[in-house]
Amino acid sequence: MGVLNFFRSNNSGNVAKDRLKLLLVSDRATCSPELMERMKSDIMEVISRYIDFDASALDIEIKQTDIEDNGTVVPALYANIPIRNLKVK
Amino acid sequence: MSEVIVITSGKGGVGKTTTTANVGTGLAMLGKKVVLIDADTGLRNLDVVLHLENDIVHTSVDVVEGKCDIQDAMIQDKRYPNMFLLPTAQKKDKSAINPEQMVAIIEALKPEFDYILIDCPAGIEQGFATAIAGADRAIVVATPEVSAVRDADRIIGLLETNEMSQINLVVNRIRMDMVQRGDMLSSEDVVDILAVKLIGIVPDDEAIVISTNRGEPVVGSESLSGKAYMNICKRVTGEEVPFLDLEVKKGFISKLTHLFKKK
Repeated sequence: MGVLNFFRSNNSGNVAKDRLKLLLVSDRATCSPELMERMKSDIMEVISRYIDFDASALDIEIKQTDIEDNGTVVPALYANIPIRNLKVK
Repeated sequence: MSEVIVITSGKGGVGKTTTTANVGTGLAMLGKKVVLIDADTGLRNLDVVLHLENDIVHTSVDVVEGKCDIQDAMIQDKRYPNMFLLPTAQKKDKSAINPEQMVAIIEALKPEFDYILIDCPAGIEQGFATAIAGADRAIVVATPEVSAVRDADRIIGLLETNEMSQINLVVNRIRMDMVQRGDMLSSEDVVDILAVKLIGIVPDDEAIVISTNRGEPVVGSESLSGKAYMNICKRVTGEEVPFLDLEVKKGFISKLTHLFKKK
């Protein structure tokens, strides 16, 4: 943690702003199921060009993930795509 | 041409009703013909803030149920004859008026008024859907706190989904002494996070508590909050008004101690 960062974090107004920015990224990311569905079908379309996968077992969601080095939590796109076969040309 | 404005926030207790009452009264003071619709069925309070609680005979729910005419339910404010209140029922719930019925009420009022202000209930359920149904624009009220700004962001998302054409922000109850020492989100911080156009900054002011106790408006008074509300009214009408200087003036000694505290 830098010297500047140390002074910044002392200040509760900035703590509030930083917390809000993180919070809203995940609030905004999770609040639209329609968007999620559209993204899911686009991802499936791209992946199907290269991989033969089990569409029924496909799982895509936004999860809170720890970043190891500084302990903060950020939303991350998590995808679990069971592969049947690679389409080798 | 009448303009329909919903005052909303998501979170409760941030000053929606106070803002509705003071913006409405201020617009009436500016010579506009205004009607304030209380959409908080079951938890109405606009009547008490305006000191019209003893004058209610019929409500918007009676109008919807066909028990009376819309003119019979409206209350004219004797102090500001340009201003009317359309109260809602206290002993019903939010399902008493649906969005289509609200739109019908608004359409009936449009020919008569310059401004129709709607006091939205807290929350994002049916009461919210009803309150925003007939509105052309929205004023979102947020206090500089994590919880209020988060809820305001959610509300702004929902207003955008509902294709609200104009969304403005009021940052309410700001304490400049705390902002200056870095212990409160500034109005710039809130605007930066929410990314909507600011239409007013209202300081945390004892004058609001005192005037609400008495059932008098603070707008139009010499207090800082009174001036802030009048500026909001002027901006609502399209006038360009600079934001008030709310900075707490500091003496040399306090500047010096502030400098040392920082180090």
